[in-house]
Amino acid sequence: MFEFIVEGLELSDHKILGALNIKLTPGETHCLLGPSGSGKTSLLNVMAGLQQENRVASENRYQNQWGQRKPDIGYLFQQPRLLPWRTVMQNLQLVEPDKEVVLRMLDEVRLQGYADYYPAKISLGMARRVALARCLLLKPELVLMDEPLTSLDLPTAREMRRLIKRLVCDHPTRSMIYVTHDLDEALELGDTVSVLGHTPAEVIYRSSTDNVSREELESLLKH
Amino acid sequence: MKIGRMGDQVIAFVCLLSIWWVIATLISSPLLPAPADVFSALSQEWHEQRLLDSLMVTLRRVLISFVFAMALGGLLGVLMGRFRLVNRVLDPLLIILLNIPALVVIILLYIWFGLVEVAAVAAVIINKLPNVAVTLREGGRMFDHELEEMSIMYGFSFRQKLLHVWWPQLFPYIMIATRSGLALIWKIVLVVELLGRSDGVGFQLHLAFQLFDVATILAYSFAFILVVQLIEWFILQPLDRNASRWQKGGGHV
Repeated sequence: MFEFIVEGLELSDHKILGALNIKLTPGETHCLLGPSGSGKTSLLNVMAGLQQENRVASENRYQNQWGQRKPDIGYLFQQPRLLPWRTVMQNLQLVEPDKEVVLRMLDEVRLQGYADYYPAKISLGMARRVALARCLLLKPELVLMDEPLTSLDLPTAREMRRLIKRLVCDHPTRSMIYVTHDLDEALELGDTVSVLGHTPAEVIYRSSTDNVSREELESLLKH
Repeated sequence: MKIGRMGDQVIAFVCLLSIWWVIATLISSPLLPAPADVFSALSQEWHEQRLLDSLMVTLRRVLISFVFAMALGGLLGVLMGRFRLVNRVLDPLLIILLNIPALVVIILLYIWFGLVEVAAVAAVIINKLPNVAVTLREGGRMFDHELEEMSIMYGFSFRQKLLHVWWPQLFPYIMIATRSGLALIWKIVLVVELLGRSDGVGFQLHLAFQLFDVATILAYSFAFILVVQLIEWFILQPLDRNASRWQKGGGHV
């Protein structure tokens, strides 16, 4: 079981996150829903350890931390964040130097034959798959995903969703926190779902995806 | 009719030579020698070994000053771009250095340390360093925050960050500083040599100036311009092309 305790987050005198507690069992996919600007990405950044302590107002130092043990984390950002001056292979070899392993992973994400391409020469959907490959090459226990299907056309998004399901959701021990504002995506991929609301953000609803309907989630997000 | 870039440059060069030749013929004065006279002076200096020796001495000074100015100025600039505190502390010094006339620095160093090689090179470095720092400070400020986060998240080592994240982002700024640096440094080196050294192109120009020998002055000037242009063609442009491969057309490497 992984547990992440957030006491709060304040950036430039603006309180973004309130007290939150996220618990995950190994292999669980937890979807985080919330309206735009509700602090979903900030929460992921805090969990990943990317939110700099000095950006928190000095009078509000928070003890945001993992419970007993910090898991190995892979973070799939909203944008692929590939190094544009390095080829697909070079980007991936910065994480996993073994070329054979990288080629096998490229095969997994259906990008065989694109190892020598620069990121600018492949589509956004392909770049997202390269980013997914990079994330998985870390062999993470926990994957953080920040709206990875944004700006993709329908068939490309469907393909990416299938890959995420196969490589992350169906993995027996790999947990995932998946940020989205798409209810269908959350219900298809998630085992559990939380809705973030209020300012500063708090969890206003939490449930197993088996016990909640699309309509319920829709009404929660409207209020 | 399409002539191409090289053809355009040749035509422009020939036009310039023709205009110069016409004016020089009309004036017919040793103060504006014809292209043939300058070429003859160039040939004489070459055969008497003075041209090559002087070029090598000056080029060595340019190279040493360039390396130190780029390394120190680059490091300072990047640190100033990345850390606000460093910028606040060093910015006033940078403004002072940028505004001190090159000649004042040269004279002061010659007075303080004597007419020695170290003073000459140090004077050039001090003159160039602030320009490099200002350019690289902009480079440091433009670092992509998202790539920085990615490199932290994926556990890049310091070496990986330096080679694959920071250097490629700084490269365009380094090239700007290099080009403007070479142009500025070799001009300052000539002044330094003219004022206080007994060898180099600047020293030869000083001798020619005392004799009002304009043909020799122009011969040395053209020879050095040619050297700088060769550096541009055979070192800087290939470096540029190599570094910007990823921006060029075509899907494959």
